[in-house]
Amino acid sequence: MSSRKRRSDGGVAYSDLDGSLRDRTIVALADTTLRGNLDTAAASWGESRDAMRRDHGLDDMRQRARDIRRQNIRDLPALLSEMQAKVREAGGTVVRAADGAEACRYITGLAKARGVKVVAKSKSMATEEIKLNEALEGSGLEVVETDLGEWILQLAGERPSHIIAPAVHLNRSQVAQLFREEAGTDDVPDDREGLVAHARMRLREKFAQAGMGVSGVNLGVASTGTVCIVENEGNARLVTSQPRIHVAVMGMERVVADWDQAAHILQVLPMAAIGQDAANYVNLITGPRREGEADGPEEFHLVIVDGGRGALRGTEFEEALSCIRCGACLYSCPMWKSVGGQAYGSPYSGPIGAVITPLLEGPSSPSSRDLPFMSSLCGACGEACPVGIPLQDLLVRARARASSPDTRKAGLAFRAWSRLWRHPSTYRAWMAGWRLMLRARGKGGWATDLPGPGGGWTQVRDMPTRWPPRR
Amino acid sequence: MRTCLSDAVAPSVWKSAKRVLERAGVEVKVPRSQTCCSQPAWTAGHPDQARAVARHTLQVFAGPEEVVVPSGSCAGMVVHAYPEMFKGEPEEEAALDLARRTIELTQFLARHGLDPGPAAPGPVTLHDSCHMLRVMNENESPRQVLASGGCEVREMQHTDRCCGFGGVFSINFPELSARLGEEKARAAVESGAHEVVSCDLGCLMHIVGVAHRQGIPIRARHIAEVLDT
Repeated sequence: MSSRKRRSDGGVAYSDLDGSLRDRTIVALADTTLRGNLDTAAASWGESRDAMRRDHGLDDMRQRARDIRRQNIRDLPALLSEMQAKVREAGGTVVRAADGAEACRYITGLAKARGVKVVAKSKSMATEEIKLNEALEGSGLEVVETDLGEWILQLAGERPSHIIAPAVHLNRSQVAQLFREEAGTDDVPDDREGLVAHARMRLREKFAQAGMGVSGVNLGVASTGTVCIVENEGNARLVTSQPRIHVAVMGMERVVADWDQAAHILQVLPMAAIGQDAANYVNLITGPRREGEADGPEEFHLVIVDGGRGALRGTEFEEALSCIRCGACLYSCPMWKSVGGQAYGSPYSGPIGAVITPLLEGPSSPSSRDLPFMSSLCGACGEACPVGIPLQDLLVRARARASSPDTRKAGLAFRAWSRLWRHPSTYRAWMAGWRLMLRARGKGGWATDLPGPGGGWTQVRDMPTRWPPRR
Repeated sequence: MRTCLSDAVAPSVWKSAKRVLERAGVEVKVPRSQTCCSQPAWTAGHPDQARAVARHTLQVFAGPEEVVVPSGSCAGMVVHAYPEMFKGEPEEEAALDLARRTIELTQFLARHGLDPGPAAPGPVTLHDSCHMLRVMNENESPRQVLASGGCEVREMQHTDRCCGFGGVFSINFPELSARLGEEKARAAVESGAHEVVSCDLGCLMHIVGVAHRQGIPIRARHIAEVLDT
């Protein structure tokens, strides 16, 4: 199997890469276009977000956002029951899915039963997580992503590199190339407005054919059974109102108690996510179209996905459930900025992805073995998080939970280490041996080839054998 | 607290820290029986092995004195992680007590208004190590202490950005780690300083190790050594 799919512009589609996480970082590091694109995006996010902190008091809003979300997670079962009852009162259907497969079965079955041929989707990480597109396409349905970034990725055959900005790793000329291939003509402009206009034209045609619209949910408001969908393009409004059926897919943790809480979180979300004090569109949807209303779907289905979330309540990872999926930790992360989200090989990337992916997939999953270790624990993520999740602490806990041949091997080494380093005499003996080895290996004040785990060090850098080091 | 990295690679760092404190009029004890704060095992995900080593550290540093560490990272380990590590353990109270008494070297100097006398003139550039900055929440004390010693600091771009060391991370993901180290070393050179200084030896070993491998002309010294001239 070919491990790399090449886009026609020569870039690598990292989501299709095989190999270890480390291998994927090596490939990504070699891609200078990718690095340029990520740097530009992260720098622009940083400037806008700093403005939010300076002019709109984002830092002061964090504490309340944190408190709200912690309380939501503690009250989760009650909030979900209330949410469910209110959606049903409003004429909607609620389905609680234990996992992604169950959610996909329900949605695919519904589409089949209603004779749907085309499904229009707005951006949703939950549907990425449950692999809904694959399920729908596997049953012969056509799926159209209507978020600009998601549509670009659909054309490229790639997965999102960022929670909020899925195609942030691509630049304008790469996008123009994809559009030309899709349209089968070179007659696609490559300025920003021209590209957007082109996408709008192509996508509008699809809306007319779609029998079902699938959206995600940014927040569920329990007191009224309303789902909030935040967006900047207006496509989610069409997805949720144009087709006959609207299916909203919500991770079970995304529920707040009431509008007072929702108003606060809906303010914090775009500030942290894109450095905007308000999102362009906030869609508030309570059930299907009611009698006398001019538009809206005939059917509204809310699919609430557990997918491993419920089991995290009451554990040392509970705080991860308060995430509002703003993506701020990605933009702040030196690792994400260096290799992009696709190298992570999981729907959720960056620090929050490195924490939750193993939790959702289980301790012996490949993601668990690798992802929590791809961090220097620099703490920039925890600092950026608008709901105060201590991501660097969760990463350490996730490492302790990982179970693989590698971690077991490291466990044995650390057991020996611990025996030696807890007693002063054996510690000093170890240090004496180490310094002898260093001196023996050193040449001109530097060691360039260390044995054992030190090989990981000297593979890319030298070790000073005298301090302060020589030039 | 000497720190294991200083024992392993640069004993001059803890010796300088001791001299700087003594010059400022502080009575310093360096317990010979100390080993390591246990951070390597803790951050690698082996809390039980870490706890066994940290337990020894709790015993060594029992007592009323303030514990001064020439490392933001090791100090941060004690201040931030020990309470979690010993939660529900018999040593919980001792861990909280040590966490309250532990402080990084330049924080200690700044907080007590101590003057260790003249420092090296510089110019140096200061790398804000991540744990000093985000665990100890500190970026003023090192600058203040350097300035009062008469050392010129030339700030580099993105001084608050991670250098890519990250303990076990530097071994598990060497290429990614080295890329960030290279960016840091280049930023340090561009500052116009000929020497990069930090409160954390780990970062410096990494930055200067990458720089030496790649031929980037920058030297490195721990802040204690710059103050000790």
